[in-house]
Order: sequence, then structure tokens, then C-alpha cells
Amino acid sequence: MSVELDVFVGNTTIMDEEVYQLWLDGYTVDDAVAVRMEGGALQVFEASMEVLHSDTMDQFRTFQMCERLLYYPSKLTNQLLFQIPPQKQAMLIERYYEFDSTFAREVLGKKLSKGTKKDLDDISTKTGITLKSCRRQFDNFKRVFKVVEELKGPLVENVQHHFLLSDALARDYAAIVFFANSRFETGKRKLQYLSFQDFAFCAGQLISNWTVGAVDNMMEDMDVDLEKDFLHNLKELKILINDKDMLDQHRNLVCAQLRGKITVFGEMEANFKNLSRALVNIAAKLTHTKDVRDLFIDLVEKFVEPCRSDRWAIGDVRLFLTHYTSTAHSLDSFRYQQIWERYMGVIKSCILKMYHD
Amino acid sequence: MPGKLKAKIVAGRHLPVMDRASDLTDAFVEVKFGNTTFKTDVFPKSLNPQWNSEWFKFEVDDEDLQDEPLQITVLDHDTYSANDAIGKVYIDIDPLLSSEAATVISGWFPIYDTIHGIRGEINVLVKVDLFNDLNRFRQSSCGVRFFCTTSIPLCYRAVVVHGFVEELVVNEDPEYQWIDRIRTPRASNEARQRLISLMSGELQRKIGLKVLEMGGNAVVGYLQCFDLEGESGLVVRAIGTACTLEKLSGGGATNNAQHTANSSPSKDMKEPVFGDECPSNPLSSGPSTPLRAPPFTSFSPSKSYSRQSSSSDTDISLTPKTGMGSGGSAGKEAGPLKILLRQQTQTALEQREFPFFTLTSFPQGFLLHVAGVVSARSVKLLDRIHNPALGSTRSYKLLDWSSCSADEPETRDAWWEELRQEIKSHARALGCHAVVGYSESTSICEEVCILSASGTAAVLNCRFLQDGCLDVLSEHRCDDSAPPGCGFCHVPYDELNMPFPAQLSPCCCCHRTKVPDVLFTTIDLPTDAQVTGKGCLIQARLCRLKKKSQGEGNATCISNLLPFLEYELHTQLLNKLKLCGMNALFGLCIQISVGENMLVGLASATGVYLSALPSPGGIQIAGKTPNDLTYDQHVSSIQRKINDTIVKNRELYEIHITEVAEDVIGSPIPEPRQRSRLFRSHSESSDELSELDLSHGKKDAFVLEIDDTDAVEDLHSLLTDAPTPPGFYSCNTEIMPGIYNWTSAIQMFTSVRVFRLNNANLTNLGLNKIFNELCENLLKSLYFKLRSMVPCCLCRLNFTVAVPEDELIQVAVTAVAMSFHKDQTQEANKAAQAHSQMKAIAETEEQLQFPLELNAESASPLSPKGSGPQDGSNSHGRAPSVDYSSFADRCSSWIEQLRLRAHTIRRGSIKTSSSPLPEGRSRSLRSTRSFPGSSVSVVKMTPLSFIPGAKIVKYLGIINMFFIRETTSLREEGGVSGFLHAFIAEVFAMVRAHVAALGGNAVVSYSMKECVFMENPNKNQAQCLINVSGDAVIFTRESDQEGHLPQTSHPQPTEDTPP
Repeated sequence: MSVELDVFVGNTTIMDEEVYQLWLDGYTVDDAVAVRMEGGALQVFEASMEVLHSDTMDQFRTFQMCERLLYYPSKLTNQLLFQIPPQKQAMLIERYYEFDSTFAREVLGKKLSKGTKKDLDDISTKTGITLKSCRRQFDNFKRVFKVVEELKGPLVENVQHHFLLSDALARDYAAIVFFANSRFETGKRKLQYLSFQDFAFCAGQLISNWTVGAVDNMMEDMDVDLEKDFLHNLKELKILINDKDMLDQHRNLVCAQLRGKITVFGEMEANFKNLSRALVNIAAKLTHTKDVRDLFIDLVEKFVEPCRSDRWAIGDVRLFLTHYTSTAHSLDSFRYQQIWERYMGVIKSCILKMYHD
Repeated sequence: MPGKLKAKIVAGRHLPVMDRASDLTDAFVEVKFGNTTFKTDVFPKSLNPQWNSEWFKFEVDDEDLQDEPLQITVLDHDTYSANDAIGKVYIDIDPLLSSEAATVISGWFPIYDTIHGIRGEINVLVKVDLFNDLNRFRQSSCGVRFFCTTSIPLCYRAVVVHGFVEELVVNEDPEYQWIDRIRTPRASNEARQRLISLMSGELQRKIGLKVLEMGGNAVVGYLQCFDLEGESGLVVRAIGTACTLEKLSGGGATNNAQHTANSSPSKDMKEPVFGDECPSNPLSSGPSTPLRAPPFTSFSPSKSYSRQSSSSDTDISLTPKTGMGSGGSAGKEAGPLKILLRQQTQTALEQREFPFFTLTSFPQGFLLHVAGVVSARSVKLLDRIHNPALGSTRSYKLLDWSSCSADEPETRDAWWEELRQEIKSHARALGCHAVVGYSESTSICEEVCILSASGTAAVLNCRFLQDGCLDVLSEHRCDDSAPPGCGFCHVPYDELNMPFPAQLSPCCCCHRTKVPDVLFTTIDLPTDAQVTGKGCLIQARLCRLKKKSQGEGNATCISNLLPFLEYELHTQLLNKLKLCGMNALFGLCIQISVGENMLVGLASATGVYLSALPSPGGIQIAGKTPNDLTYDQHVSSIQRKINDTIVKNRELYEIHITEVAEDVIGSPIPEPRQRSRLFRSHSESSDELSELDLSHGKKDAFVLEIDDTDAVEDLHSLLTDAPTPPGFYSCNTEIMPGIYNWTSAIQMFTSVRVFRLNNANLTNLGLNKIFNELCENLLKSLYFKLRSMVPCCLCRLNFTVAVPEDELIQVAVTAVAMSFHKDQTQEANKAAQAHSQMKAIAETEEQLQFPLELNAESASPLSPKGSGPQDGSNSHGRAPSVDYSSFADRCSSWIEQLRLRAHTIRRGSIKTSSSPLPEGRSRSLRSTRSFPGSSVSVVKMTPLSFIPGAKIVKYLGIINMFFIRETTSLREEGGVSGFLHAFIAEVFAMVRAHVAALGGNAVVSYSMKECVFMENPNKNQAQCLINVSGDAVIFTRESDQEGHLPQTSHPQPTEDTPP
């Protein structure tokens, strides 16, 4: 004796957020039932296990049927198959596109291709996120990437417009798309301490300051790529380290500003040339795509680590970078103020974000 | 040539990818009506084509307009091979044929394919230009409105209720034609869908013609069914009630709001007043002309419109066949007037061949008395003799009426005719001249077919059957023979000349007339009925094994089983009713489904406690071997359980019967046997209800002997029914007594379960248990699913059972969950209501015209019999160790006291209703408001005839859709559940899309009439047929609180009828 068929269809589609989350998390029906039972669902109306199972099955089926609509969320809003209240639609979409930052951290900067998809098994074991959920998240990244890759206009707005996501989530996706497009190196062991949110912040900085769209709000803006001219011009900054006088002058100006203000003054003074060389060299190297990819590893190896080994406090780093940037304006023969500002603004906020254990 | 149909194909969206190479589609559209086809251009390489076609014009007969659907086919253009069909849309243009309904069909329709389901959407515009045709001999009936709603539609007024209309058409089933062997499943399904669409159209047109002939302009309570008879054909049949309806102008919409939840509160308050003041001789209140000179041409219903003439009516010739049109001449003197009117009532009804009404709720004053359920069943063998075309080489042609319907419909007609005659005679035996809440159904298994018809025998007020009378009365209480709250319970038959042994007692409300002790009906609870507490769903479930056999033997076997099945269902219902502490059933629907090796019976009804009827007795358990001590203990423990359950249920359903009431209930008539109100065609006299009598609630009790295996079964089913969880109520009627302050949150749903019995050697008992659990679990699942709506009531719970295969039982449920506000702020309204009632009474008295003879009877005081030992006997009865067969106890419990009437006159334990709290209301409004972002308009669906907190301002037409879905990749689509889940969702989507295209925002009186599911998991195949129907409407929210009090304000509906 068995129930061969069991369906429930409401005119307004009934969707339980808790069950939806379980489905998104890749639980099987049986596991989801177990979780719900632990969660006390059985106490509601003395529901039996069968009832719970039937309800879970039903909802999982509904979600499955909705899934293809969720691939392109605008479809969900004008489809006729399910009558879902707009607030619920928004919830469905938002939750579907939400991701685990530990997962996103793993995939960040990798090519969103089949090859990476094969690695999902490993990621799943490493992060403890079910393979099903990993797949969903990965496919979401890929889908969003594909749609907005070729689009003109601001990246965040594009994501928001095509996928109807909240502002915060759209920003995260913009970061993922940006990283995937530029293929920044994030996987090195030295970068492991950085979280997805650290990178997302940096991506936001890069998008809003270093891309074509950052300076030029024209229609044909491309937000995904860094501005070539700007990167090219960064070479000019080399003068700051190649011109010995200028380097000394710069150090003196910074030391004058920082004297008595930071605890690691001695170390700073001793290391100034190295640090300055590191920062300017990173800038100069950005013309090569490969070096662009190494931006974060370079920042960590050349700047964050030396400072950290000298036990700079974050306040010290902030003060140093602030004055390091501003004093360059006082250098008589330095003519690339604008580029310098644009470069250092981003580098400073990125370093500050990355400067933690 | 009186019609021009115009269609324009605007655009498509979300089309499927038809060309794998480009991931795109080159779509074009074929628009077909009748034999004319137009095509749009191909819109290349797009999944969202913009055709923006010209207007395709079809010049057609209005006959065709009624029969044919507009058929839109979306195809993918292919240069080299045949064009691939993407899918189809059938648009029924009937709503455009009535000036009062929709004027244009415009919107997005899902493109449906019987193999792939919905594949994208198409935007279509359809209009009809009708030229007036005054041809008397026309074959069309354009303009006749159809309503599924089984009451007078909310924004209409019934001028005349003409009566029963029926029709059936027969054709071969394309699925069983020889050509089916060589065509694709898709072609076969489409042929079937189209055929049924054509047949429904024709059926509707034919019924419309009958209505026009009767002088009506609408069919209310239209019920259309399909009988898939397999090889012997396809029958589409329909019944309905012909009416002349008149659209209400805004101000007049008062009484028609009878169904909206908020107006019902008024009813209960009337009781105390009426109990006292009901005039025994209402004529004294002044001479009034009962029948106004009809303002319209009066239609005389003396003609029979059925195929067969009323030759069988000879037995009623005792009533003079006076013509009905002569209403105006009905004299002014009281005496003769009374007789004349009575006669007219009878003649009006009895001259009709079938005085049946498919309505289940009525304008106030229409229903005078209700006697009980009448039902008839017959088992027929579907023979193939009348199937001329089967296997012939004749080319297949749809609707070849001349060749294949020559004698077939006659057979089917004759079958139904037979049943209807039987129903009619049952009704007459109960002293009733009409049958209300009438419905017909079939169950087919192989070549055996069970035809069932049932209804409620009733006495009606004749004035509604002719012209003009409602003008005066509709706004007032116009029940002239009895107080409104209890009048309908009064028995219409003569006490001394009862058709069956019955136990009558004086009405607990007015004490003037006799009422039965239990009342079973198929109608909705009348809005003015006085009910104590709340109601609940009561179901009797039964499975009976049957030997597998063929042909005649099988039919005989089934017809032998039927009466027992019905009897047991009835006993179960009665037991459960008593267990709930209630005394009446409404909306009773008994389904008997036949399978190859079993019969399944499911009876659903809503139990209520009618204040007018005596309090129900308890249930007594009796053992046949009373000497055995352990056995006695067993008996007494069960008894205790039952008693506890009754007490608990009374608490749960808020049935608080005051002491006064309890004291009066007893019947002075020593008639101990509880008899069935169900008047069966196969009546039989098995009497397991022993005449033992013990008292539970100071009353004659219902005795179950548990030695009897049947009784054990009964007992089992009694005690295993789980109570509804807190916050939930359920009923299968339109409204739940005791709940009035609905919020606007409604959730219609369909749930289907199929259960496989793997155990080959099951006993009846085991089978019953499984079936019972299946139903119970289904209900439990529903409660759990809908827990977020608590407090809520599942209304119109409609269960259908089927035995699709040998070991499968299928149960489908459609219902609506409606939340209500917990706190009933009744007090605030009471004063206002009392006031309005006083007014109503004053008006009523003026309206009262003649008392019916029952009233006169009731004027004679009831003689109170013995007033002594009743209390003592009661305590005896409760003692568990009592010897149940003790004669003394039995006797004493019969002796009950009738207290003075005065004591009961003021019983004010009745709930009233009221308007919801303002903040709650605004909350619920907010929750249903749609966000601006959504481009799809929300369409509500409900099986009820109203939408809580809203006003229906326009009926757009009937929705009657039939879909077939088939798959050859069952596993890939998520198995049977995935397949059916998707299909039901698709059906909902298509219904919503059609309603939205008509300009509507809701479907009322929605029902899923057919859900035939067949699977073949081995071949990875499944097929399902679904037929749904309902009324498309436009509703507006009652924005202000005042809207909730019909007594104080009548919000103007925002009319958008075309000028």
C-alpha cells in the first residue's frame, strides 16, 4: 500500500521560506524532512511525518518547476503558470541568487567554465556546502556573467535590471563578474586570509574608479574592463622611484608629516623607499594583463606583509598612505597628480581593507 | 449571417526554442474558425515575436459562433520539412455574444500543447459584431447567459425562475476511432479537445434555445458533465435552471448580497423575535394582492419542454390545471385566495415534467419547506449496438450528427428520464412538489455505468415561478407561512400519513409545527436559518469489494451491492452527525464510484445544529453478550470515549444548548426508531439500528451493537476521525454558519492523491480502513499546508473519488481556504440589526398573504405528555453498567417532557456576526494589493459564488474548459506527481489567462468536474483529462467599513456595463 501520486496546487502558489532555503541548500527531501522535524514542524497541528514528507515533496516540486523561470527572473514576473505575489517573487529571486561567501571566495577570479565546474566537487567537500547548492551558485555566477559581460552601462545597474536583485546582492554579483572577467588571482596561499567581502570591496573600488565608466558616463560605457589609457598612463608614475631626488624629497615630506604620529616611525622611515617602490612598481606593471591579475598578491607580498612584519597598526597604515598620497602633490616636478590620485585612492582603500589577519 | 468575428494576433513571448542550431524560432500563427483559416507572416528568429497582424475577419452564423471555438495555432516555420506545431489556444467566444457580458477578449494566453504543456504565451485580440436576428426559427440562442453559480448571481435579480432545462449530445470518442491507430497522440488529443469544445458549444446553444422558448434569458446552476464511455462514445450532458434575470441597478443590490459574508449576520438575530411574533393568521394584517399584475409578458410554465411530453403526469390530476398567467385575477378574499394560490403553486410545478432546480440557495422566501434528500441510482450496461461508425471506413468527420446520434441520445435520455421520474415520485411521496439542489452524475467502469441523481424534496413559494412578484418581496422577508429561521425545517408531509416511519417533534423555535429529528439536504444552508454554533464537514467513507465479472453479471452484482453501500453510508453519516452533536446535514453529496473489483462510496456534507430541530441523542453502545464481564468493560470504555467525544465536539463547534432548550426537545411520540431521511430507490429494511434506547442527552439514543462486524466498522470510522486542528473549520457548503467576518485572504487549491493497494487479499474491513486513512491524511495535509491562514475555514470542500484501475483509489479535492478575524465583534452590530429586524417584521406582516396548511396545524397546541421520570432515566442511561436491553430503561427514556412553550421562546444563544476590525481589514487589503512591478494581473479563483469583502459588479461569462495532457517521458517530468502537478498548475494558468483576457479579475463557482488520470509507468507514459468550469467576474473591493453592513449602506457597484 503506498501513495502513488500526491499533489497540491494552489491558485496562489504556496511557498514556505524555510523549505525553500532547504531546497536551495541542496537538501534531499528526506534530509529536509529530518531538518524540519528537528525544527519543531511536527508540533504544528500534530503533523505526522507523512504530512511533512508530502508537504516537502510538494514544495520541492514547485521550486523545481519555478527554477527555470528563476534563471531569468524577469520571466518569473510575467509568466502565467504560477500566481505568486510580488513580495514572494522578490523573495524567491533574492534567495535563489544569494550565495555562500565561502563558496564565492573559492570561485572568485576563476574562469567560469566547464573546467571550474568540475572542481565543484572539491569545493563542496572543502566548504561543506552540498554539491547541488554549489552547482546552483556556480550556474548563477555564470549566467549573470554571460548576460552582463557584453552589456554597456554601469555593471551594478545591469545586474540589478536583468536579475531584479537587491542593491547589496547586485554589488556582490558585480564583484564576481568583475573578478571573473579580469581573472584576478585570489587562490594563492598568501591570499587565503582574505574573505569574499574583502575582495568584493576592492572590486567595488576598482569598478567605480578604474574602469571606463568611472570617468566617463557615456552610454557606451563598459564597466567590466579597466580603462586601458589609465593603465598605460600609470607607467608615468615610475618617476617617483626612478628620480632619486624625488624619492628622497617624497620621503622627507612624509616623515615630516608623520613624525610623532605613528608608533612605527623608525621602521617606516627605514622602509619608505621599499614601500614606495613596491606601490609604484605595481602601478607600472598594470599594463600587462598578467600583472593585473596579480594585483592582490602583489599588494599583499610587497606592502601588506612587510608592514605586518614590522607590526604596523592599521591606524599607522592609514596615516602613512594618506600622507604618502597627499605629499606627492608637493613634489615640484611631479606632473601626474590626477593619475596619482586615481591610483592611490583605490590602492589605499584596498590595502586598508586587506590589512587584517 | 448575423455575425462577424474579428481576431488580431499581436505578439508572442517566451516561445520555446524550435531551432536547435540558432536557439531561436521562426514563428507564425494560424487562426481558424469553422472551416476558414488565416495565417500571419513568419516572424523570423525570435522567441518574442511581434506579429501585429491585420484583423482577420470571419463572417459566420451565430449558430457557429456558439458552437465553435476560435482556434489559434502557433507554428514554427521550417523551409525544408513540415512546420512544427508549438501549441494551440482555444478561445470560447460565447462571452462576447451577450451584450451584458464581455465586449472584447484581449490578453496573453498560454500556448498549450497536449504533449509539452504550456510553451510560451500569445497576445490576441478578439471582437464580435453581432447583427440582430429576429428569425423565430433560428437555431442559435445568442444572448442567453450561463452561470455555474447555483444561486441567483449577485448583481442580478430573479424575475422568474422558470425551471429545469436539460440536454445531452453524443458522439464517438476520437480516442477510440480506427484512425487513432495511425495518428499521433497529439493529433488524437487535439481532436478530442476540439470535439468536446464543439459539443459543449452545441449543448449550450441547445439549452439556450429551450430557455428562450420558456421565456427566460439565463441559465443558473449550469452543470455540464462528460461521460467518457470508452468505445461506446462520448456523452456531454448538462442540466440547469432557466431564469429570467434582471440586472440590478446599484441601489437595489441589497438582498442579493445574501451570500457575501457580511450580510449573513443579520439572519440569526431574527430568531427570538420571530419565535414570538410569527402571526398565525397573517392575513389579518391587511388585504394585499399577492400577485401583482405582471409587468412583463407572463410566461405560462404549463408547457413541458422536455423531449417527452408530460403524459406521465396523470397521477397528479387531482390538482386543477389552472393556467398560471392569471395571477392578477386571484381574488382579494382571504379564503379562496389561499386555496387558489396553493393550487397554483402545485399546478405551476406539477405541470412541468420535472419540477427540479439545480440551485442550492434561493432568494428569501422561495423555499418554504424542505423534506429531505431524494436520490435515485441505476446501473446500466453501455452497449455498443448504437455505435454505427465504429470500425467503418467512413472518413472521419467531426460532429456528424445525422449518422451517429440517431438513436444514441435517445437511450441516454431515456435513462435519465427514468431516474428523474423516480426522483419526482420520491419527492411527491414526501409531500413535496419540487426538488431543489438537484444534480446528476455518473461513474463508469468498462461497460458498466452507474447513473445517480439526487436532490432535496421541497415545497416552494409559487410566486417566484412567475412574473413580477419579486419586485415587492425581494427586499423583505416574504416567507408567509412560517417564521423565517425555522420555516424550512417544518415537515411538508402530513403527520398521520407519513411516507415512512418518522419521529416528529414540535419546532424548537416556533413550536407551531412539527419538525423531523434530523434533516438531510443537498442544498446550502438557507441564509436565514437559525443555527446554533458552527458547522463542520462530515464524511462517510466506504469501500466494498466486488467480484470481478463481465457484462450483465457485473451490473447485477453492482446493483445488488448498491443499496447496502448506500445504507451503510447513511448510517455512518448519521453516527458522525450525532457524534458532532448536530442534527442536520447540508450540501450532502453521495458519490459511488465503481471499479473492477470494488465499489467506493464517499458521502460528504456539512453538519450543523439547527436550532429548530430537537437536540440529537447520543450514541449508545450495546453488547450482545452482556454477561461477559471483560466484554462489558470493553463496551463501557468505548461508550465513555464516545460520550467524551460528543462533549468535546459540542465544545469545539460551540454548540451550547441552554438547559431550557434541552428540556423541551423530547418527542411525545413513542417512535423510537431513527429512520433514514434518505429516501432511497433501493430501499431495504436491514435493521441493525436496534430499537434499544438509552439516553445520552436526555434523549432517545442511537444504539450500536458492537457484536456486529458492521458496527465495529462504524465505530472504527467514528473514532478514528481526527478533529480539525485548532483554528481550522471545514465545510462543503458555501458558507460556514457561525463565521461571518472573513478577511479578503482566500486560497483556492486542488489536491489529488492516488493510492495503490498492493495487498491482493484485502477484506472489506481492511479496505475501509485504508480508504478512511487516505481521506483523513489528505485532510491533515491540507490543514498543515494552509496553517499560515489560521484562523481559517475550508469552504466548499469538494471530494471526488475514482477507481481508475484495479488497485488504485484516486481522491481529488478542490476547496477554498478563507481566513477570518478571530474576534467577532458582534455586540456592536446587535443593536443595529435588531432594529432592522423590527422593521423587516413590520414589513413582512404587510406582505404576508396566506398561511399554508401546516401553519394552521401548528396553531393547535401540542399536548404535552408525561412530565415525570425523565431525569431519573437519564442518570440510568449514563451508567455504563446498565443492561442495555432492559425494557424499563428503554421505556423511561421515551418519556420526555415538553415544557411550556414560553420557556423556549427566549433562547438567545446565537452568535451573530460582524464586521471585521478596521485594522485587520486594512492589513488584509494590503496583503493582496499587487505591486506595480508585476505585469500579470492577479486572478482570484474560488469555488464559492462570492468573494469575501468584495462586490461582484459584472459577470463576464462562463468558463468551461477541457484539457488533455499526455506524456511519453513520465520519469523525466518528475513521475506521476510531477506530471499532474504541472498539469493542474497549467490548467489554473489557462483559466486565469482567459478570465484576465475577458477583463475579469476572478472566477467564482469554480469547479473541477473531471480529473481522469491514467498511467502506464512501464511505458513511461501517462495521460490526464481535466474539465473545469466557473463564472468569470469583475469584483471591486468594498473600500469602506460601511460596505460591511448591508443594513446600513448599499455601496454602489461601479458599473462598467457598456451603455
